[in-house]
Amino acid sequence: MSADTQGTMPQRSRPDWLWYGGAALAGILWLLLYRQLIPFSDWATSLFPVARDSHTGEAIAFFLYDVPKVLLLLTLIVFVTGVLRSWFSPEKTRAVLSGKRAILGYPLGAALGVLTPFCSCSSVPLFIGFVSAGIPLGVTFSFLIAGPMVGPVGLGLLFGLVGWRIAAIYLVFGFTISTLAGWAMGRMGLERYLQDWVRELNAGPAPGLPEERLTLVDRMRIGLEQVREILGKVWIWVVIGIAIGALIHGYVPEATMLRIMGGEAWWSVPAAVVVGIPMYTNAAGVIPIVEALLGKGAALGTTLAFMMSVIALSLPEMIILKQVLTLRLIAIFIAVVAAGILATGFLFNAIL
Amino acid sequence: MKTVKVYGPGCARCETTAQMVQDAATELGVKVTVEKVTNPRDIAMAGVMSTPGVAVDGQLVHAGGLPDAAKLAGWLSA
Repeated sequence: MSADTQGTMPQRSRPDWLWYGGAALAGILWLLLYRQLIPFSDWATSLFPVARDSHTGEAIAFFLYDVPKVLLLLTLIVFVTGVLRSWFSPEKTRAVLSGKRAILGYPLGAALGVLTPFCSCSSVPLFIGFVSAGIPLGVTFSFLIAGPMVGPVGLGLLFGLVGWRIAAIYLVFGFTISTLAGWAMGRMGLERYLQDWVRELNAGPAPGLPEERLTLVDRMRIGLEQVREILGKVWIWVVIGIAIGALIHGYVPEATMLRIMGGEAWWSVPAAVVVGIPMYTNAAGVIPIVEALLGKGAALGTTLAFMMSVIALSLPEMIILKQVLTLRLIAIFIAVVAAGILATGFLFNAIL
Repeated sequence: MKTVKVYGPGCARCETTAQMVQDAATELGVKVTVEKVTNPRDIAMAGVMSTPGVAVDGQLVHAGGLPDAAKLAGWLSA
């Protein structure tokens, strides 16, 4: 080892205590900032020459309260998730799933879909890696559905903006849909609808990488890296989502909302799903909209259906998966997941 | 002369990784050819599930996320 050539890496030389101390300090600072959100937004809103209780005033207050709040929450969630996920990897997940009996495989696939770090840009190699290792197609789908659908960012923001009850409902139903949709697709025997080259693929066991031993500081570094990368990417979606939420909050009359998204209109659930599929944003962008919709009296089932279809069914992801799945299989995939979302929506509109 | 393959479908991090390899090689004075593998089939066949992946002279050394600069120097000078 030529240790002297590596002296140029400044992050290597940062001592551990600095990381621990920095984390503690950042935690305290986070809490202090979080507690100033309401005074800050009140003060910032008062700078505008509009009455606080006018439509415009309400919209501005919503926006100025939610932007710093969502960014703060997002930073914390992404960091904690980054640290937790450093214990998981697609390679380990594959090893776990390929040795499991089918019936256990579906919920396990869904759970690991939430915990395993993967970006949609590598979902094709991941898909092939799973299928070629003998993991059933249905279990692979459970994994792929749960990843975005029950992601920690969505759950954490739902918890912070709307409350723990709805976050818990979302978790339970998102997880159930992922499991059942994978199971249903597993029962259909869809292997013949994979693209030809994927079916013919006979990848042997992948060369295993030596297991890396990470210290807690390494994991914190991963978390911080994630914060930098994800916040840099999603902040614009967050701002757009909150702006839409603010407009809804300030301007849409409750009577209109009740007519369109109330529990009475049976067609509102399928309409929410259809509108949600082509909408491409991420959980961080859609939840401020959800917050505003629920605040205006939109039915929970309709809103859940909208949120789930925006997050779980996205056109860009389908286009990526087109490399390995035939159009027919993609259509089945959308239909099965949409059916689960519809059922959830109708159920909640009926019981609440 | 080392052959380094960077596996990835062309995402931002894959580009960065290829650049990191190039830079590290220049700094160490090691001759390398960097090859970007973007075909999903080839990526999967190499056993890479999380991109970007890095292989040096046919040996997979890294998968998932940006490689650590110090480790990268280690692979190139080994």
